[in-house]
Amino acid sequence: MSITEILFWFLSVLTLVSAIMVLISKNPVHSVLWLIATFFAISGHYILLNAQFLAIVNLIVYAGAIMVLFLFVIMLMNLDVAIEPKRSMWMKFAGVISGGLLLAVLLSVVRTSVDLTNKTAQLNTGDIGLIKNLGHTLFTQYAVPFEVSSILFLSAMVGAVVIGKKN
Amino acid sequence: MPIQYYIALSATLFCIGIVGVLTRRNAIVIFMCIELMLNAVNLLLVAFSKMQPVAAATNTAARNAANVGIDGQIFVFFIMVVAAAEVSVGLAIIVMMYRNTHSVDVNFLNRLKN
Repeated sequence: MSITEILFWFLSVLTLVSAIMVLISKNPVHSVLWLIATFFAISGHYILLNAQFLAIVNLIVYAGAIMVLFLFVIMLMNLDVAIEPKRSMWMKFAGVISGGLLLAVLLSVVRTSVDLTNKTAQLNTGDIGLIKNLGHTLFTQYAVPFEVSSILFLSAMVGAVVIGKKN
Repeated sequence: MPIQYYIALSATLFCIGIVGVLTRRNAIVIFMCIELMLNAVNLLLVAFSKMQPVAAATNTAARNAANVGIDGQIFVFFIMVVAAAEVSVGLAIIVMMYRNTHSVDVNFLNRLKN
């Protein structure tokens, strides 16, 4: 078992455990912290796949900006631990069962698919994830979507201010 | 690493997010579970961008020169952009909802039903 496989399994277990902890922690602040741990593990996966630009952007945008926004909103609302009323046990059970059934269907499809056999994800090789190649493609082939996304950001900013402002 | 492992990991993350959306009532936690689902899709796209058949592993240099699979990573970048915009608007909506109802329980939002 090479060091890459050990890292893959370690990061996978870390991702899944912290994702489950997001669900089962009662305090929303703890959920945010576990979600940050999940994002760090996913960034580790990106580094394993040699997508270094996406790893850094994931850390900066998700773990840095978005999660700080979540923490800020939670602390602004002064949410207490006991404020969340329990969903009925029956509803929880139904949610877990339906999610588990979806997972079973997806996993069985993946396991039996003929198209996916003998395909591998190349770890530690390739340079398509480096900033140079990604930037070149982004600013030549995908220049129009890039500009459209700037308009999206502008409208999102205006929308957030308009919605959040006291009337 | 076989691509099935990455697909299984992403599907599991996605289903954890779905279970969270279905079982929690706190609007912020539901929002975080949506972020989890977006990240599962991102991870899957990155894994697919590095996917290639075992038989073709010898001409890796030719594939890299042609930037095969770079579209997947560009898509991940755009998903992150859209997620950031979505979070800003969604958190503004949650703040407004908290200001009106003094709670972030989504069950208070069923008044559209009548």
